[in-house]
Amino acid sequence: MPGRWIPAGRAPVISTNAGQSAMPVNAANDDPERARRFRDAALPHLDDVYTLARYLLRDAADAEDAVQECYLRALRHFDSYRGPAMKPWLFAILRNVCRAEYARRASSPTAPIEDVPEDAAQTPLWHDAPETPEAQMLHRWDASTIRRLVEALAEPFRETFVLREIHELSYREIADVVGAPVGTVMSRLARARAMLRSAWMAEEEQPK
Amino acid sequence: MTCDEAEILLHALIDGELDAGHARAVEEHIAGCPRCAAELAAYREMSKAVAGADLRYTAPLALRRRIEASLPQAPRVPNRRAVLRGFAMGSAVSAIAASGLFAIVVRNDDEARIESEVVSAHLRSLQAGHLTDVISTDQHTVKPWFNGKLDVAPPVVDLTAQGFTLIGGRLDYVDARPIGAIVYRRRAHVINLFVAQTASTERHAARIDTIQGFNIRRWSERGLNYWAVSDLAADELAEFGDKFETAMRSNAAG
Repeated sequence: MPGRWIPAGRAPVISTNAGQSAMPVNAANDDPERARRFRDAALPHLDDVYTLARYLLRDAADAEDAVQECYLRALRHFDSYRGPAMKPWLFAILRNVCRAEYARRASSPTAPIEDVPEDAAQTPLWHDAPETPEAQMLHRWDASTIRRLVEALAEPFRETFVLREIHELSYREIADVVGAPVGTVMSRLARARAMLRSAWMAEEEQPK
Repeated sequence: MTCDEAEILLHALIDGELDAGHARAVEEHIAGCPRCAAELAAYREMSKAVAGADLRYTAPLALRRRIEASLPQAPRVPNRRAVLRGFAMGSAVSAIAASGLFAIVVRNDDEARIESEVVSAHLRSLQAGHLTDVISTDQHTVKPWFNGKLDVAPPVVDLTAQGFTLIGGRLDYVDARPIGAIVYRRRAHVINLFVAQTASTERHAARIDTIQGFNIRRWSERGLNYWAVSDLAADELAEFGDKFETAMRSNAAG
């Protein structure tokens, strides 16, 4: 299943490619002062990192493992971190961890992932465009329904949507995290919202 | 502007990622195009619904403990983070080339987001009863009120003689962090002056932006970031900023 993730392109700010497998913790990591700085800088973002992992992996146990691996790698590469935006840096590392998990799932016959490549998802944006003001009134779904609809979005639209709508990153920060140009972020976000809106309205037609 | 362009750019409009010129271009297109206007309204509605639902997860306590335990132990010290990050993300970040039509219309880094949050905070403050936590025209009452509420001491300057009346102070939230707001009035216009710590001590000259019809004058000096927000005309807001900076400098010199 090629193309579930757009090839990484570049992630020039952030060097996270080292340590694809769990490496032994090196001596520098034993420096308590460095660990304290890392803890103060990185741990406040734990809920954010975990939230992104939940949406990327759609599985609570896998998300926990990915977040733990993410923090291990972040500690290892903390010396190369050149602030000030810690959260996008952690997100970029998490994303690399998740890609490894995706590769593992792809080779496992039990866990197919139904995501589609970007060019196959050219849903017309005008699909179902409402003609009357009444049709614009969207049903207010509860959080668990919206979560389910968001989780059903295909990658890479889901991650772009989550980074924007849940983590409230700027387009520039999203571009840095996913290693794509800002224009790509904009078009992915437009498509993500169009897909979510279709799903949102289709949900209203489901029998309860 | 064509509908094809507008259908992408209207999202950037919703997200506050367009500069004033392109925002106007999209708004002009939408004013003359019922279909794009309906799209904008529907996406605004959906964004509001998404923002109103709590879609975040909380990391399990066991995970937090496992990560804590994997770190070398050190004596705990209180975590006193900067209230706000400095102005820009690193230059390496800004140096990444973006491509295509959209690159030129998107504002750099998260300044735009913080500015739009500052405008939201200003709007919130205008609702009845939200403007001030401490009401006083005396700078010696307003300034100490902030003690212990923030990890910076916002400078409070009386500018009544210069035509800007100090009416009080307030604790607000921007970028999910507490921030000091000092409130001034000129005629019927409220000015919120937001003050937050910055990582750099570099001086940034003032710049005026317009978001949702509000003017924002932003500058930075002596380790503090300032955002003055008001519906005052840009030249009067610039005057406010100049008077404030002048008063600060003469305080420092005196």
